[in-house]
Amino acid sequence: MLAESLALSAALFTVGVVGVLTRRNAIIIFMCVELMLNAVNLSFVALSTLYGASGQVFVIFVMTVAAAEAAVGLAIIIAIFRHRQSVNLEDVNLLKG
Amino acid sequence: MQTELPATGHPLADTVARFVWLLPALPLLGFVLNGILSVRAAATIGPADPSAHDAHGAHGAHADGAHGDHGHGHGHDDGHDAHHPARHPSAALVSIIGPGVLFLTFALALLIFGAMRGAGDAMHVPFVQTLFAWMPTGNLSVDVAFQLDQLSMVMVLIITGVGFLIHLFSVGYMQDDPGYPRYFAYLNLFVFFMLLLVLGASYPLMFVGWEGVGLCSYLLIGFWFSDKANADAGKKAFVVNRIGDFGFLVAMFLMFANFEALSFAGVGAAAAELSVGSVVATAICLFLFLGAVGKSAQIPLFVWLPDAMAGPTPVSALIHAATMVTAGVYLVARSATLFAMAPAAQLTVAVIGALTAVFAATIGLKQWDIKKVLAYSTVSQLGYMFVGVGVGAYTAGVFHLMTHAFFKALLFLGSGSVIYAMHQAYHATHKHEDAQDMRNMGGLKAFMPITAGLMWIATLAIAGIPPFAGFFSKDEILTSVFARTHGSTLADASWLGIPGGVVLYGVYALGLAAALMTAIYMTRMMLYTFHGPNRTGEKERGHLKEAPWIMTGPLLVLGVLSLAGGWFNLPAITGGAIGPSEVLHHWLEPVVGTGTLIVTHGEATHLSHATEYALIGTAILIAVAGIALAAFRLKPAELKPAKDAPAEQGIEKTLLNKWYVDEAYDKAVVRPTVGLSRLVLWKGVDTGLIDGLLVNGSALLMRAFGWLGSQWQTGRVGTYAWALVFGAFLVLSAFTLR
Repeated sequence: MLAESLALSAALFTVGVVGVLTRRNAIIIFMCVELMLNAVNLSFVALSTLYGASGQVFVIFVMTVAAAEAAVGLAIIIAIFRHRQSVNLEDVNLLKG
Repeated sequence: MQTELPATGHPLADTVARFVWLLPALPLLGFVLNGILSVRAAATIGPADPSAHDAHGAHGAHADGAHGDHGHGHGHDDGHDAHHPARHPSAALVSIIGPGVLFLTFALALLIFGAMRGAGDAMHVPFVQTLFAWMPTGNLSVDVAFQLDQLSMVMVLIITGVGFLIHLFSVGYMQDDPGYPRYFAYLNLFVFFMLLLVLGASYPLMFVGWEGVGLCSYLLIGFWFSDKANADAGKKAFVVNRIGDFGFLVAMFLMFANFEALSFAGVGAAAAELSVGSVVATAICLFLFLGAVGKSAQIPLFVWLPDAMAGPTPVSALIHAATMVTAGVYLVARSATLFAMAPAAQLTVAVIGALTAVFAATIGLKQWDIKKVLAYSTVSQLGYMFVGVGVGAYTAGVFHLMTHAFFKALLFLGSGSVIYAMHQAYHATHKHEDAQDMRNMGGLKAFMPITAGLMWIATLAIAGIPPFAGFFSKDEILTSVFARTHGSTLADASWLGIPGGVVLYGVYALGLAAALMTAIYMTRMMLYTFHGPNRTGEKERGHLKEAPWIMTGPLLVLGVLSLAGGWFNLPAITGGAIGPSEVLHHWLEPVVGTGTLIVTHGEATHLSHATEYALIGTAILIAVAGIALAAFRLKPAELKPAKDAPAEQGIEKTLLNKWYVDEAYDKAVVRPTVGLSRLVLWKGVDTGLIDGLLVNGSALLMRAFGWLGSQWQTGRVGTYAWALVFGAFLVLSAFTLR
């Protein structure tokens, strides 16, 4: 059971990473980041069967942070959209050296 | 300042000589006090110093005396009148401090002199007073120590004695100068450094004084620095002297490298170990002589001295005739033992001295500026002194140094008195003529009989007419040269392949030629200045008059010394008939005796009486011939004032322009140096290498690195994400594959 859970977690994480790397739409990247977080949550829960309940406690923490992050992240994306009429990250390059 | 003495057991240790440190300290005190007065006044009272409105500075005296009956008479009411003298508010106090400290120094010097005479034979060892360790490093320790011996005593007496008289004269000459306290501050500072120079017990301490007098010379030549020509003259003196100082420094390095000693005692002892003709001694002596050439204005570095006449005339008398410029002669005499080991260097000294004596004398023949005549005469006489010390006749050289200090100070102060009178006259009528040009003078003996009479004494002295001072000293030098042509280390040595004896005959001949020309140009100067009709101008004539007593007083004392100075060292041939003979010779024996004996193979050479009488006869004949030639050939009556005078032609023009030496130096040295500095050092090294390659180059390199780094910053989140993932992957792999 543990092995399957970790395999699923790894698969989900990979999907998230590839999504972040390949997509240009900020919302989709954002969703992929959430996917990576949840992949990690899954491995926490799975490993808590071996190491005790602290993994599950961590999951609660991660979900709290993810909620806060989602709020701030979406606000930023909305602000960007208002400025540029686009959420394409190709258009956001003010910090280019 | 400590007065505690090491327990040397020297006979002078318990006498007044323990106050030897006071000799330089007193003028230093005067410098500080006068300096404070000059700074204070400049900050609070009156016109700026030097006053920008007083353009007369360049011509000597700043006015005075005549304005008493005149200045108030012509309608100008206050300091706004450019011709009104601005007497300095602290002048009275400065007039007491300035000459006062010199008088005290001179009095102390006399007391110490008395103590030395009392010590008698015990003075064969110099009295050295160590104040503190100056450079205690490794196996070399240089102390700040004063050395009191017969030679430094003679120099101290000349410096303080003649110096005091010149300070007194300055009180009158400079009385209405707005920079009056500054002038005396510089003058006191000069005396301090000069005493340091002659009292220092080691070469480095002497060098401090050497540089110090150079600084004061620079400050005083450019005393009226608002006139660019004066400031330039000061700069020229300073720069030319640097060449000589380089020689002095190299000589000191060589001494340290070879002897590991820098004190006179240490170097003297080490030199005595060498053999005659040693390469080390020759090298050191030649470099030392380069220093002397710079300071004492010999060929090829004499060009600064005539320009130095831009300073006030008493300065010319004190620094550029009587004391500072003789420092080179003192240096050679001080290193007597060292020079005795280097006959080739000695011959160089003598030849350079003789050439300078003749060369400068030829220029003196055709100068119109009265101070320029005296300046070239000084260069010429310094050459004479070098001939003396060069052939190992140190006493003769120092003797001539002494008599020259008397009669040349008298001549310069006399010319100062003349310039002062001329300036007063032109000042009174608001005429802007050259107060120093002899063509504007003439017949002054009717107006200033005291100055005229005293200057004639000095003229006869410098020309070499017995019994005046110059005759004895000059004759002793010439006799010594003649005596050295046989049976001396100099005669045995060779110089540039020529046998020493032949060289010395040449030096003797040059000496006679210089003596002849000296007699001619001095007589010419006197005739044109004091005799014939007056050419100053109808209106000015009434204003010509003798200088005040404060100026003629010192002249009188110097007149007596110029007349009787020869008695300090009458030749042995007089046999004591007119006074004790060879006084100075015996006095200086402990200091320079060893050096002289080495040169003469350890025995006192005496020419036969017949030869000696013949030499004296020749010298007198030459002097009389020179005076007679000038007196019969020159026609003061036909001379025209400077502004109407026709231009000179041919050789006269060449002499007037000083053989175009300045122009030649300008083309050969100054311009190439400036060109090299501009093209290579400035455009090439500074702008090109340092600014271009190093400063801007390093900036360019950093900019390139910056550009490279900035290329990583694409601004695309995707790139950063890739970098992040790649980094994480690397870290993970590192952990897993370890």
